[in-house]
Amino acid sequence: MSTPETTDFVIEGHGDISVGVHGAGASGDGSASATRITPGNALRPEDIALEIKKGQVKPSEDVAQYALRIGDDGLILAQRLGHWISRAPELEEDIALGNIALDQLGHARSFLTYAGAAWGKSEDDLAYFRREHEFRSAHLFEQPNGDFAVTIARQFIVSYYQFELYSALAASTDPTLAAISAKAVKEVDYHRDHSAQWVLRLAGGTDESRKRIIQGFKLVWPYVDEIFEDDELTTRLAEAGVTVQPSSLRAEFDRLTGEIMAEAELEIPGVPQSLGGGRRGKHSEFLGYILAEMQVLAREHPGASW
Amino acid sequence: MASQNLQSVPAELSPEEQEREAAGQAYFDRIISEDSRIEPRDWMPAAYRKTLLRQISQHAHSEIIGMQPEANWITRAPSLKRKSILMAKVQDEAGHGLYLYSAAETLGQSRDQMMEDLIAGKARYSSIFNYPTISWADMGAIGWLVDGAAICNQVPLCRASYGPYGRAMVRICKEESFHQRQGFEILLELSNGTPAQKQMAQDAVNRWYAPSLMMFGPPDEDSPNSKQSMAWNIKRFSNDELRSRFVGMMVEQVRVLGLTLPDKDIRFNEETKKWEHGPLDWNEFKEVLAGRGPCNSQRIERRREAHENGAWVREAAVAYTRKQAQKENAA
Repeated sequence: MSTPETTDFVIEGHGDISVGVHGAGASGDGSASATRITPGNALRPEDIALEIKKGQVKPSEDVAQYALRIGDDGLILAQRLGHWISRAPELEEDIALGNIALDQLGHARSFLTYAGAAWGKSEDDLAYFRREHEFRSAHLFEQPNGDFAVTIARQFIVSYYQFELYSALAASTDPTLAAISAKAVKEVDYHRDHSAQWVLRLAGGTDESRKRIIQGFKLVWPYVDEIFEDDELTTRLAEAGVTVQPSSLRAEFDRLTGEIMAEAELEIPGVPQSLGGGRRGKHSEFLGYILAEMQVLAREHPGASW
Repeated sequence: MASQNLQSVPAELSPEEQEREAAGQAYFDRIISEDSRIEPRDWMPAAYRKTLLRQISQHAHSEIIGMQPEANWITRAPSLKRKSILMAKVQDEAGHGLYLYSAAETLGQSRDQMMEDLIAGKARYSSIFNYPTISWADMGAIGWLVDGAAICNQVPLCRASYGPYGRAMVRICKEESFHQRQGFEILLELSNGTPAQKQMAQDAVNRWYAPSLMMFGPPDEDSPNSKQSMAWNIKRFSNDELRSRFVGMMVEQVRVLGLTLPDKDIRFNEETKKWEHGPLDWNEFKEVLAGRGPCNSQRIERRREAHENGAWVREAAVAYTRKQAQKENAA
């Protein structure tokens, strides 16, 4: 089995291309995953799936429906952001937007894995085999990337919202939601910083960049109210201490985004708020296209493992 | 061995300058003969600088252009785990591009200039990225074969005589090992999947095998720059030597995959103790290099588009920084 003459070829463990041939099993061992770089004991979707398999966790129908909403938000946004990789204004932003997309996808995978446990479905069943009206993402997350300013405006709103949400959820009475959120909030804190820095730069940069960020905010601001909307599900879950009412996050969101907007000398756009409806399965025209692209291959091979 | 490459000193140099040049050359020759490292502030022959700049910038461009064929599948990856791994991988490549552009900058050329040369079609990148990724299995084949070949090329570069290059390569090689492993894992999963998946995997291996062997560059007798690069301790093994080692490793791994390599002539030559492979279509290689590959114009166009669409963002960042500095000065 040994390959001749490889002695001076491997330098102190770097550049190993042995791919573990000797022990490689047919199932594709998860421990070989390139993304298994989460520091410490942070919770990964695979860990949640394992707990579910062992029967250690199972969300109630309400909790599952709620996890589905947050999971779909992250998934759809990751799908949007992933498109920037290899198209960003500079290499540093290919990396930064890629990182944010990866974080969002990571959160989504955890929330969807957990939600799926209520119905015997995996994260992939939920991502690839639901139709438009079965998704629960809010319209904000579905909005097209537009130019870099639109993407930044959307990300600015998203990360300030998610920071408040995950901070609150970290104290959830549901230990799985709490654990996922405790990890997510640290990452979202960086997303806030990234988008706030860019809002300042674009607003205070050139005439063109200022014009573009103003237009960017105008395009995405109609979808702000929807993410802070309470409904029967959030009311029941808030009473049980699983989450807080989305409306309760609004004041802090307004205060913190307002500080950055003021520093950037930007006005909150006076645009009408859209009716939304994403949480009830009423979506934008965009979602259909997002799903068509995301789901095409998985649906060509139903039941296949990848 | 490097002294035979001594440049003749131009006549217009003053005696002091000539002396400095001679001392610099002596220092350089000693460093190379001791197999030690040249650092950015050290004297180095103009041709050494030029060779390195060409090689490192080509390498950086390859990372950046190489993001595209894989980014092509990020939105369609068939599972969320695979999507996540693929995103991380393409993002790593942007990082590799950054290390390498930085290493090249230490030789006196700006990243902006290198990017302009790339967009203008003046700079080269690995010609394998001019092939299209038409199926998901191509993500596996690129990781396994293309990154595998890249690692074989790059591990010896960790010992390259130019310090910044060698150090960048150490980091890059660590990450490339992950990339190669995930490619292998994708193919293994497909090969053990449905007949359609296995067919997809075999088809991808068939298409990427020969181009990946050609990544090592032309045969030794047809590679004029290799000898000088080896004398300068930039390159450590010849193209054919590395290619042969790579074939040997792939032969072993393809069996575990349950797939085949599209080459009936692979054999281990007991006399030379080297792996041999069938003939490669070097005409096609030259055609693709000359810009006639399936995706040459598409790849450059994407880079140009991203760069030009991003110009207003970069300008904004510069303007903002300048204004902030002015404010601080005024305060």
